[in-house]
Amino acid sequence: MMGTIDFIVALISAAVLNGAPLMFGTSGEILTQKSGNMNLGVEGLMFMGGAFGLLGAFAYGNAAGDSASGVVAVLISLLCSFAAGVAGALIFSFLTITLRANQNVTGLALTIFGTGAGQFVGELMRIRVGGNVAISNELKLAFSGSPFPAALQNIPVVGPLLFSYNVFVYLGVIMIIVMHRFLNKTRKGLYLRAVGESPATADAAGINVTRYRYIATVLGGGISAIGGMVYTMTIAGTVWNHTGLSGEGWVAVALVIFCLWKPINSLWGSVLFGALLILYIRLPIPFLPTQIYKVVPYIFTALVLIMVSIRQRREDQPPAALGTAYFREDR
Amino acid sequence: MESVHAVEFKGVTKRFGHNTANDHIDLYVDKGVIMALLGENGSGKTTLMNMLAGIYAPDEGQIFVDGREVSITSPKVAFDHHIGMIHQHFRLVDVFTAAENIVLGLEEKGRLDLKAASKRIKEISAKYGFDIDPDKKVYEMSVSEKQTVEIIKVLYRGADILILDEPTAVLTPQEIEKLFKVMKAMRADGKVIIIITHKLNEVMEVSDVVAVLRKGHHIKTVRTAQTTPAELTELMVGRKVALNIDRKEPVDPKPRLTIAELTVRDGDGIKKLDNVGFIAFGGEILGIAGIAGSGQKELLEAIAGLREIESGTIVYTPEGRHPEQLVGKSPMAIKEAGVAMAFVPEDRLGMGLVGGMGMTGNMMLRSWTAGKGIFVDRKAPEKLAADVLADLEVVTPGVDYPVRKLSGGNVQKVLVGREIASAPSVLMTAYAVRGLDINTSYTIYNLLCQQKEKGVAVIFVGEDLDVLLELCDRILVLCGGQVSGIVDARTTTKEEVGLLMTSVGGKEAN
Repeated sequence: MMGTIDFIVALISAAVLNGAPLMFGTSGEILTQKSGNMNLGVEGLMFMGGAFGLLGAFAYGNAAGDSASGVVAVLISLLCSFAAGVAGALIFSFLTITLRANQNVTGLALTIFGTGAGQFVGELMRIRVGGNVAISNELKLAFSGSPFPAALQNIPVVGPLLFSYNVFVYLGVIMIIVMHRFLNKTRKGLYLRAVGESPATADAAGINVTRYRYIATVLGGGISAIGGMVYTMTIAGTVWNHTGLSGEGWVAVALVIFCLWKPINSLWGSVLFGALLILYIRLPIPFLPTQIYKVVPYIFTALVLIMVSIRQRREDQPPAALGTAYFREDR
Repeated sequence: MESVHAVEFKGVTKRFGHNTANDHIDLYVDKGVIMALLGENGSGKTTLMNMLAGIYAPDEGQIFVDGREVSITSPKVAFDHHIGMIHQHFRLVDVFTAAENIVLGLEEKGRLDLKAASKRIKEISAKYGFDIDPDKKVYEMSVSEKQTVEIIKVLYRGADILILDEPTAVLTPQEIEKLFKVMKAMRADGKVIIIITHKLNEVMEVSDVVAVLRKGHHIKTVRTAQTTPAELTELMVGRKVALNIDRKEPVDPKPRLTIAELTVRDGDGIKKLDNVGFIAFGGEILGIAGIAGSGQKELLEAIAGLREIESGTIVYTPEGRHPEQLVGKSPMAIKEAGVAMAFVPEDRLGMGLVGGMGMTGNMMLRSWTAGKGIFVDRKAPEKLAADVLADLEVVTPGVDYPVRKLSGGNVQKVLVGREIASAPSVLMTAYAVRGLDINTSYTIYNLLCQQKEKGVAVIFVGEDLDVLLELCDRILVLCGGQVSGIVDARTTTKEEVGLLMTSVGGKEAN
């Protein structure tokens, strides 16, 4: 009996840990898509975020030596990965919003570019160091340790379930709630949704469509990239590991659809997908290849799509203008 | 203070390319007045109002609001001058509620307070007699409710000058009555209301003054109480212009297409064709006249098998063969039976031609099932393209040059040429000369006349009454999806057709 509870608690906390990168990857992409921009470059953005986040912490650790502070390292990593995502999303925005290039093609190109750039930086660090990139154990702990005191963490069941996670999990939850409130309760959020639903209507109402799309896409790209950093600095143990990171961005895009473009759904959606990602370790079935497990998130997404198209609720549909460029004279 | 008008246009001119949409318009409206802007399609009514609403900027002339000259560069500036326009195509976000749509884009400080907005919406509704639920989602609304949201949106922003672009086109008679009541309530409140329309009975019922526009010119402004529908029609259509189209008497006309009790609804369940019946004869040109959106497009599409038919019959009698029923047949079968359609929509390339392909490719769209096995036959379409190019004098660098890059007239020649080449026994064209210069138009007229002399039943949907009167043998007039009348083109007058277009049966407004 006790064993079962322990197993479930362990499974859930592992799911939350593995869901954390998805929280950022997905909610960033939701913000982007709410503006009507379909950025398929999330995979690339997360690669860039992972590599540059690691680079930032690594460079800071080397420069500061023994006096390095964990909090500063976390902040630098956050900033570096966010900046990398912003840069990638800026390229995407310029091509799709200003030049009105095809969003799908541009997004796929950004994926190729971003994975390449991430690999380059990651491998370069490895070669420079001559082995695996590592940062000091103290700094590592700042990334993967819980911000709560040991007394809270040690409460049976509740401790591991609520207080044992790294700082990014809590940050992600706060960010998702803030994004939910922003989209649904504020004037700017309403305007942003209008831009994604019907840019012509928004334009006629005096809303600057271009500005809203740029800001949402660039911020969204930065947030998505943080997800890559979270993966590298927590799950991958601050080691550049491109095989682990690969595919994470695509799961995030699938999760956007699974969440029906609502950030609040990504709270539990990313935990569920996090569980699906690690199920092959925690719940191995003999003779079932791990590749089959990896397909499960996509099957879930497909099922959701089928259910949504059967129910035909307008609120569950993607933003009506998703994937289309806006040009005023097209009326 | 009588000399200061709420809105005044002085010498306002607007050109689109070589086409002058508004030519030195002088016009004014006073406070507390409902003005009807009357005119045929393309007379420049909407263009003129779009300049007041900040959609277009005038090329010449001045606009005065309350006696001060204004430069309205955007819809926002128009709102700042208390001008609001309700467009024919609603600008609403479907998944938003009425209240969310109404507050959209407002530059208010502080938190988004939808409750306060709902309260104000209800106040406005109560004041003018609207009936609206601020929390209802737009996609759950009827057309009339959506229109109400648009009007409240404008009032919410404090508009004193309201422009309604053909507001009744999409409403039921009961809804129209309600709208007119609201308009009168707004007039009593001192607002200026400009209603763009071409329905005479509505003009007579609701307006105080009528400004008539024709071909971009302001013809005259009259007091509604001092005019009659007959006078307005004459002002609207103008005198007959001689075109000298070589029109032969029909030779031995035989019924080719017999349509009876045809009723068609659109996707929203609105009746687009209502119990339409007529006979198209081989060897004659049957003109179809009507205000835009009276069911012309639906009629042609129904005949071509592109539109679901609710009830009615379309019987086709080919030369020397037995009559056959076309309803229920696939577009392909109808085409093979010999019914061709050259439909020229507003954007020309929208229907019938693929812009990125050359003439050959577009010819192939009609013959792609020919050829052996999986390969299409390229030879025949190539020859056909070359023939059309030579016969109709299409100006193009070559048969493989993308048709998108050709001028409008040449695009239309390709389209009509292809349909004629299939040797149809019924040829339908819609707006075949829209946007063409005089010479090219005559080429098309001659082509249609040749087809008629060959014994083809030609159905010509047109918008220029002069052309309809001189080109066609008979004219069927549609009004609101109903057959308003069928007249002999040789003996009718523009006034008669104009009256039929604006009211079913041409009866004077009650």
